[in-house]
Amino acid sequence: MLYAVLIPLLIACFIPYLSKFKDKIHTGIFVLFVPLSIFIYFLQFIDTNFVPVAQGYSWIPSLNISLDFYLDGLSLLFVLLISGIGTLVTLYSIFYLHKSERLGHFYVYLLMFMTAMLGVVLSDNVFVLYTFWELTSISSFLLIGYWHYRERSRYGALKSMLITVFGGLSMLGGFILLTIITGSTSIQEMISQTDVILNSPYLPLVMTFIFLGAFTKSAQFPFHIWLPDAMEAPTPVSAYLHSATMVKAGIYLIARFSPVFSAYEWFFIIVSGIGIITLCWGSYMAVRQTDLKGILAFSTISQLGMIMTMLGFGTKAAAFAAVFHILNHATFKGSLFMVAGIIDHETGSRDIRKLGGLMTLMPISATLALFGTFSMAGVPLPFLNGFYSKEMFFDVSLDLSSTSLFIAEIMKTSIPYLAVLGSIFTFVYSMYLFFGTFTGEKHLDELPSKPHEAPIGMLISPALLIVGVIIIGLIPNLVNEPLLAHAAKAISGEEVHKHIAFWHGFEAPLYMSLIVVIFGSILYIFRKKWTDIYLLIPGTLSLNKVYDRILDGSEKYSRKITNSYMDGSLRKYIALIMIATVLVTFTTMLTTDGFTIKTDDLAKVTVSEILIASVMVAAALGTIFARNNVAAILILGVVGFGLSVLFVLYRAPDLALTQLVVETITVALFLLCFYHLPNLRPRTESFKTKSVNAIIAISFGALMTMVAISAHSSKWFGAISEYFIENSYELGGGANMVNVILVDFRGIDTLFEIVVLGIAAFGIYAMIKLRSDKGVE
Amino acid sequence: MNNISEITHQLLIITTDICIAVISISIIMLLYRVIKGPTNPDRAVALDAIGINLMALVGLVAVLLVTTQLNDVILLTGILLFIGTIAIAKFLEKGVIIDRELD
Repeated sequence: MLYAVLIPLLIACFIPYLSKFKDKIHTGIFVLFVPLSIFIYFLQFIDTNFVPVAQGYSWIPSLNISLDFYLDGLSLLFVLLISGIGTLVTLYSIFYLHKSERLGHFYVYLLMFMTAMLGVVLSDNVFVLYTFWELTSISSFLLIGYWHYRERSRYGALKSMLITVFGGLSMLGGFILLTIITGSTSIQEMISQTDVILNSPYLPLVMTFIFLGAFTKSAQFPFHIWLPDAMEAPTPVSAYLHSATMVKAGIYLIARFSPVFSAYEWFFIIVSGIGIITLCWGSYMAVRQTDLKGILAFSTISQLGMIMTMLGFGTKAAAFAAVFHILNHATFKGSLFMVAGIIDHETGSRDIRKLGGLMTLMPISATLALFGTFSMAGVPLPFLNGFYSKEMFFDVSLDLSSTSLFIAEIMKTSIPYLAVLGSIFTFVYSMYLFFGTFTGEKHLDELPSKPHEAPIGMLISPALLIVGVIIIGLIPNLVNEPLLAHAAKAISGEEVHKHIAFWHGFEAPLYMSLIVVIFGSILYIFRKKWTDIYLLIPGTLSLNKVYDRILDGSEKYSRKITNSYMDGSLRKYIALIMIATVLVTFTTMLTTDGFTIKTDDLAKVTVSEILIASVMVAAALGTIFARNNVAAILILGVVGFGLSVLFVLYRAPDLALTQLVVETITVALFLLCFYHLPNLRPRTESFKTKSVNAIIAISFGALMTMVAISAHSSKWFGAISEYFIENSYELGGGANMVNVILVDFRGIDTLFEIVVLGIAAFGIYAMIKLRSDKGVE
Repeated sequence: MNNISEITHQLLIITTDICIAVISISIIMLLYRVIKGPTNPDRAVALDAIGINLMALVGLVAVLLVTTQLNDVILLTGILLFIGTIAIAKFLEKGVIIDRELD
């Protein structure tokens, strides 16, 4: 299984070389065999007596992360969808993309995506799952932005990236929490520890995080806004990623974790609630679109909402209906996207207002679209798979067990009505999509190119998918036991056996379907009369605007905040640093009860010390108030001298010597520089600034004094100087203890001090000699 | 005998203390000149005088502490004071300390 997952990535490494021959041979032909062989490999697993297969490969054993693959019914369904539709999409793209495009890039991204998607659905380890999940986000980003010279493509790519990566990261948080709760990184282990998870206090947090990941990826309300903008991608990408595979990753995630969470009563409320809102909103908004792919995008959103609703029900029958609709949606939506691509390719336009009357010009495409749209609408005909899953949806929505929660009760009564409402709009846009494009008047003069039937190669893939639609429609039990039953078992955790039949007798689901058809037809026929409602709802309100405002606003406000303190004034930065130091140190000292004053350990204060100290204080104050450069430096000299005298008083002759030399050199250096510096101007700041500065300075000084006093007052250990006193002559061979410490006991410090001086010297030399404006002179 | 030595010692300490106090007072008065000015040459001369007072102070401290370790400090202070005063004087006079070679 490892090879099946990684082969697309390996082949992708060779694509750049293969794409050099693209003038002779279309690069897609090489790629075609990759998903095809994966498809054939996984086809062998379809069996009524299928048992899950697990395989593990070591990756990071120390972190308990290994490439564990687990193939059960659900994974198998998704793997077959990914590789099967992947094959068809590759085939379609061979005819869709011209050889002048950058084919190498396209197929590298596509294969990357294929690996990522196979990895997502096969991984048993949550962190491996997350790795592949992010890879799908990145490859999807690259594919949406494939025509990167278009503004809209870049916008769509960025938007989808931001939203899906936001969800992906929160999902990672959920996974980490789950790992901590269960002590395992394997999903199957987690499922076996369902009780532990359900009793954990972090359960709501885990669910929120994981659901955010699933809802953003699967374009659920209100995160659906990236999907319509992702339609800027080439059509094969839209067909593959944004209808059949990637957007179902979130569905997969919910389905995968539904054995864990479905016992929790909020699972139904959140998943079904969001799902039903998405279903209604998506189908309602789809009617408003004028772009073929726009309609299909909102239709995808709404169908995903429908699958999500069914997953939220958590019953056996609902799980079965959900997987059935996953399969059905992938078939008819994939073909519809391809047909939309064909229309775009052959007429040069995707605007449904310009199209019309293409039935006679493009009869094959029209036939394919007819089956696709009618299946999507759920028209009750025995050869359309969409009808079966829609009726199952009605059926399971009527059959919900009751719980104690009030919200859940309300939802239970309203969901069947909302389902019918959403389906009515689904019917309307499906009819609009088909009849608006293929019947009515022709506007041939408005179209950029003269429409004609597509080349046969382009038609193969959608035709195969439509054949799939019809086969599943005619003999639904072909996929029932071998494939869907196992997938439903993986979701609900119990054996599921269901017989799909066209005819149930006169029961509620059938009446609901009939209501959908009747009201849908009425609404479609009179749609010109009521489309003004879109001016009212959503009117000018739009979630895209919210997104744009959040994005612009965050940029604007972060810039504002940054500009408010990063204004280039070093004085301000110093003030901020000092304030922060004061606040942090003061709070720390206060909370840890660090301020102590003890007087029992103090030496006697002598007169000379007091005098020297007062001289230094006076000189320091004089420096602050000096109005003249040279005066300031001369007064500062007094402080230096005072310090050396203090060293003398405290019996540190070496320090005093060094201090004197350094002081003299510093004065000389200051004088050297001051010649080139402007004279100190009289301080022009306002009194307020001055007093704020003074407060900061005084509090900083006071704090440091307090810290020093406290440090002196709380000695916990004796000094180690006894050792040096005893051993400086014995071991170091010198009577001058300071110097023995400097060069013997702690010589390495001295070494690096020397290095510092060397670097400073080199730096000064370099700064003086290597001036970039030297050549100008 | 012992008694006389004791008295001498006390006398020495008292004398040294008085000297330290006097020199400190003179440093404080010189500090007034350094801060007040009014011109920079005033400050430079005052700084020089402070330095010389410091030499004396260090010498007195050395007497008080009965040590010869501080003699280096006194000598170094002398040299550095000289150099520093020359530098300041040159700066005040010509505006630079180190002349560039005239090439």
